[in-house]
Amino acid sequence: MFKGGFIQNLPKIYGLYTGGFLVFILMMAIAEQAGVTAKTIGILFVAFTVAIYALIGYLSRTIQVDAYYLAGRQVPTVFNGMATAADWMSGASFVALAGGVYFGGYSYMAFLVGWTGGYVLVSTLLAPYLRKFGCYTVPDFIGTRYGGNGVRFCAVLVLVLASFTYVTAQINATGTIAARALGIPFEAGVWVGLVSILLCSMLGGMRAVTWTQVAQYIVLIVAYLIPVFWISNKIGAGVFPHLMLGDEVARITQLESQFGLVKNSAADVKAAGVPGGLKSIAVAHAGVGAGGMAVWKYISLAICMMVGTASLPHILMRYFTTPSVKSARKSVAWSLFFIFLLYSSAPMLATLSKISLMDPNLPTGIIGKSIADVQSIEWVKQWSSQKQVFIADFNGDGVLQLNEWFMRTGVVVLATPEVAGLPYVISGLVAAGGMAAAMSTADGLVLAISNALSHDVYYNMIDPKADVRKRLIVARVLLVVVGAAGAYIASMRITSILGAVAWAFDFAMSGLFFPLVLGVWWKRATREGAIAGMLSGLAAGTAYLIYVYPKFMGNPAWLGIDHLRFGLIGAPVCLVVMVVVSLMTKAPDAATQRMVDEVRVPSGKAILGRAH
Amino acid sequence: MSNKEKHWQKTKGHMIMTLCLWAFFSMVIFLFGYEINGMSFLGYPLAYYMTAQGSLLAFVIIIFWFANKQEKIDEEFGFGEKED
Repeated sequence: MFKGGFIQNLPKIYGLYTGGFLVFILMMAIAEQAGVTAKTIGILFVAFTVAIYALIGYLSRTIQVDAYYLAGRQVPTVFNGMATAADWMSGASFVALAGGVYFGGYSYMAFLVGWTGGYVLVSTLLAPYLRKFGCYTVPDFIGTRYGGNGVRFCAVLVLVLASFTYVTAQINATGTIAARALGIPFEAGVWVGLVSILLCSMLGGMRAVTWTQVAQYIVLIVAYLIPVFWISNKIGAGVFPHLMLGDEVARITQLESQFGLVKNSAADVKAAGVPGGLKSIAVAHAGVGAGGMAVWKYISLAICMMVGTASLPHILMRYFTTPSVKSARKSVAWSLFFIFLLYSSAPMLATLSKISLMDPNLPTGIIGKSIADVQSIEWVKQWSSQKQVFIADFNGDGVLQLNEWFMRTGVVVLATPEVAGLPYVISGLVAAGGMAAAMSTADGLVLAISNALSHDVYYNMIDPKADVRKRLIVARVLLVVVGAAGAYIASMRITSILGAVAWAFDFAMSGLFFPLVLGVWWKRATREGAIAGMLSGLAAGTAYLIYVYPKFMGNPAWLGIDHLRFGLIGAPVCLVVMVVVSLMTKAPDAATQRMVDEVRVPSGKAILGRAH
Repeated sequence: MSNKEKHWQKTKGHMIMTLCLWAFFSMVIFLFGYEINGMSFLGYPLAYYMTAQGSLLAFVIIIFWFANKQEKIDEEFGFGEKED
């Protein structure tokens, strides 16, 4: 049944894989009916999927440089789209996005627009040109376009800072999910997560990561969409929730005014002993804040996330693996399509979850019921014991008010299947999906960092004479070291101090966006300009972050630019410094100008060869 | 103007056009988020719909359109790629 090579058979192979996964879900459902415990099902889901990824990682092992760094430049358009979508959607996207929408409403949804709109910038300004360039890593482009190890090193610096901020959060998420599913302590879960990540990437580099990411995308999208459609149909909200939840959104707005949206004072929350990180609903579900500041807050956040998206190396490097420039462009479109499937479902899940809890006409509704009754519900008991939900009877009337019900954001995804009364097999599936999302992103990030260190720092700066075998050994050792460093920091549980995932976007946009874009679009950009731009952008952004972040200096934000948006300081500084310094220094030589001309033409050979 | 320069002119124009569409769906409509939320689409308040789904879908369509048109521009100037 398999004629021809691996690439020709990809649709068949992944079709079989998807079918096999669905059969596995059915088997688990039957096992649940037959009396297998919820805990065993959870373990089987996570163990089975991780074992499959590890198998793919092993089968994709390689001893060739271009396969290790670029997956041999033969990843077909649509599959690269799936791999990029898995690379992109992190454990946080999977577990926390719907919860963010649930509690943050319209202003939080600027993240949805930002994390998708950025792909328009990727496809118009960068991806096709970087593919034509033929670089192995993002600093490889910067180093070759501007010439010299100094500028290459600055790019590595920004890359490591941005990616490392991101990766600890991902390893943290794999640890949390592994710990919950396998019933082991969090610290052990982190190392289990790390081993799983390395199994997928160590032997085959980019090639192995690509084919595991495609497999992980399939698991995560199935795990996200099944509950959304099932719940929507179960509560009679509509066969196709994305098009049919208008009435539910209106009903939530009506219930909000009936119950009242109350913002609890910090003192009350503290006095009632609400565990940290738990929130109550205090923001309108579909309402939009009035006034210029609300508009600016929304748009500034969207801009930071969009520009940051277009500067994140672990995403850009996925487009180095396509067979041609035009397939790189198309591949961006497919990536966004696959991302859209999940992102457009998150607000629907938030709506379904909220109406399940709020609507007194539904059997699952808890608001307005007596607290004693609510506390005896099975899922409330279970999630309360894990400090994921909490009830604080502020007015002491024994009835649950909207502002007296507290939840952690992740609960919206993790517990909604139970709340809506779906069988446990769905919760096991959701755990496997979360694990897939966190692992795939961690893989991409660890590989981006270690490839920059092995190719740009080791091979280009330290030992340009190293042979292929030595280069690949160094690359793998660095992969393990970077992963272990991330896991070590994650196991210390200080990620809350390291700050939000949004920081990675701000760091990347402060240091990399303009040097990358101007490298293609402005021939006059010089090495000195790029170095000055990267360093000053990064310095200005970081300085402002320290100035404004509550846990550092905690000064009032200037024009609403808080710690989530510090890229709005860094990137403009980078642009101005880069342009001014470029104009003050000698124009790039004729060879560089010719190289830029070549990059702008899609046909013909890549600037850098397959093996370099 | 050489063939390459003409191709780049047209590519730049296409890029700017695409970014205008992008700016409209990512920023301009949200300048009026409060004002348009009274209108409704598929039963959803309009600004809510756009940020939850509409703009996201618009970006997907924009990028497919961008890629197809850019391919035509490349072929017009003889820079089309032969493979696949």
